[in-house]
Amino acid sequence: MTQLDFSTTLGNAWFPTPTFTASGCASSGRELAQFFDLATIGGVVTKSVMSKARSGRPTPRMAETPSGMLNSIGLQGPGIDEFLAKDVPYLTEQKARIIVSIAGETVEEYAMLARKLRSVSGISAIEVNISCPNVENRGLVFACDPEASRRVIDGVRRTIGGELPIIAKLSPDVTDLVSIARGVVDAGADALALINTVLGMVINLETLRPHLGGKTGGLSGPAIRPIAVRAVYQVHAAMPQVPILGMGGISTGRDALEMIAAGASGVSIGTASFGNPFAIVKVQDELKQLLVAKGFTSLREAIGFAHRPESE
Amino acid sequence: MALINKNAANIFATVVSNKRVGQYHQLIVNIGEQANFCKPGNFVAISVGGENSRMVLRRAFAISRVSTSTTVGGTMELIVAPHGQGSRWLCSAQEGAELDVIVPLGSGFGIPTEPVHVVLVGGGYGSAPLFGLAEVLNARGCRVDMLLGASTASKIYAPMEGKRAVNSLRIYTEDGSMGQAGRVTDPISEMISQSDIAVIYSCGPMAMLSAIDSLTRGTDVVHQCAVEESMACGIGICMTCVLPVATEDGSIKMLRSCIDGPVMDGSHVQWDKVGKAL
Repeated sequence: MTQLDFSTTLGNAWFPTPTFTASGCASSGRELAQFFDLATIGGVVTKSVMSKARSGRPTPRMAETPSGMLNSIGLQGPGIDEFLAKDVPYLTEQKARIIVSIAGETVEEYAMLARKLRSVSGISAIEVNISCPNVENRGLVFACDPEASRRVIDGVRRTIGGELPIIAKLSPDVTDLVSIARGVVDAGADALALINTVLGMVINLETLRPHLGGKTGGLSGPAIRPIAVRAVYQVHAAMPQVPILGMGGISTGRDALEMIAAGASGVSIGTASFGNPFAIVKVQDELKQLLVAKGFTSLREAIGFAHRPESE
Repeated sequence: MALINKNAANIFATVVSNKRVGQYHQLIVNIGEQANFCKPGNFVAISVGGENSRMVLRRAFAISRVSTSTTVGGTMELIVAPHGQGSRWLCSAQEGAELDVIVPLGSGFGIPTEPVHVVLVGGGYGSAPLFGLAEVLNARGCRVDMLLGASTASKIYAPMEGKRAVNSLRIYTEDGSMGQAGRVTDPISEMISQSDIAVIYSCGPMAMLSAIDSLTRGTDVVHQCAVEESMACGIGICMTCVLPVATEDGSIKMLRSCIDGPVMDGSHVQWDKVGKAL
C-alpha cells in the first residue's frame, strides 16, 4: 500500500489525522472513550464551554427529522473552571489532542474565557463558537452579524496573543457567509469551522405546537450535508489560504472526502456519533482508503481539489 | 460525575424470536456474553431502519429480562410497542435478523441487601423490566407485590411466567376492562400505611412516576424509578435526555437519564421542574 501522509494543520496546530469530534456531539470525550482510544483520532473538539455552569433549555430537546435531527440543548455545561479542573486533565491523560470550544453572551465573556485558556497546557487550538442557534435572543448569534463576529474574534485574539490557533465557528444561516468569514479572518481567526447547525422547527401534531422546549432547534445530520459542502466551497474559493474544519452531516469516508475536496483541511463528525459511537473511526479509516484508492499520497493534495480547473 | 456503563459494548445481535403479545412485541435477542453484564433497569440502544435508513438515531429500549443459559447463548428480552417508525421497524424484524445494539446502558435498580418488603409498579409496557427485577428480588428473599396499570386491558403487559416471582399481582385499568377500574397508584397510600414497605420500584409514564413520588414523600419508603426522556444517543454525548435532579451538594442539575439513569431516586427528581428551564 502506498504511504499516505494523512496529517493536517489548522493554523500552527498539527494533527496526525484530519478527523475530529464535533463540538457538542462528544461531551468531553469520556463516553466515546468506552468505544475507542481518543488518541487515535485527529482530536476532540469539546462541547462549547461558557464562563459559568449553565443548565440549558427545557426538554424536549430533541426531535428526529428525515436524515437528521433537531437539537435544542442551549449550551448546558459545567462552566470553564470545572471544565479546566476535570475535563482537560482527563483528555490530556488520554493523550487526546484537544480543541477547546468556547461560547459567550458578550464580547467580554469570550475574552475572559480566552484568558483562562491562555496558560493551560495540552490544548491544540481554541474554537470560538459564535454561532450556537440555541440562545433566547437571535440577536446574540454573533455569527449572523459581521461586526459582532469581528469584535468577538478580535477580543479573543488580543487576549490570547499569537500562540494558540483560533478557529471561528460560523453559522450557515446568513446571506453572505464569505463576508462574515473574511471579517473574522481579518480580526485574527487562523481557521474556520463550517458549519454550525441550521435553525429549524418541528411542530408536534398531537399538541399542534412547536415540539421542542426551546421551540426552535439546530438541524444536523446528513440532511444538511449539501449546505455544509456549499459553505465550505464558497469560503475556500474566496480565501483558499484559510484552513477550514468542515462539518455537517458527515457519516462516511466519502462524505469526508467530499468536504475535503470542497476545501476543508479537516472534518468533524457530530450527529453520526449519536447513531454510531465508532463513526469517527469509521470515517477516518474509510477516508484514508479512499485517498489511497484515488492515488493521493497526501491529504493536502486533496484539499480544495474541486476548485482546480477541469484540465488538471 | 456519573460515567457510562463500563460494560457497554456495540455488538451485532441476532433476533432469536419475535412474538406478538397483545399490543406489544416480545423480542428475544442473542447478545452472547453481554447478557452476563445486564442488570434489571439497564437499557439498550438499537439502530433502526437498516443500512440506508433515514432514521439517524438509535432507539432506546429497557431490557425486560436476560437469560445467560439458553441453548443459543446469552439472550435478552425486549418488549416493544410498535408506535413509531423505528419501533415498527424493530417489531417487523424476522427471526435470524441481525441488529446493531449497544448493550448494556444506564444504571440498574438497587437491590436491597436484606429480604425486605417491596412493591413494583408498572404502567403500560413499562412493566416489562419489572419482571426481571422481581426474579432478582424474589431470589433475595424479598416479599414482592406488583401493581400493573394501563388505560385498557390490551395495554397491560403481564406474562404468565413473569408472575411466578411475585407474591401478589393487582391490575388496574382506567376503563375497567381488566382487573380493577382505576389507576395503578390508587392503592399505594394504603399499602404504605398498612405494611412495612421498604422500597417501591416503578417504571412507566413520567406522570405515574411523579404521582408515586408524591405518595412516598414524607414516608420512609425509598422510591426507585426508571425515568424516560427522549434520547438521541443513549451513550451520554448528546445532552438531550436530561432531567432536573437534586444532587449531593443540594444544587439542582440537569442530569442525563441515559448515564445518571434511567434508574433514579424518585425523591431527587424535581418533578415539578421537568420540561421547564432551570
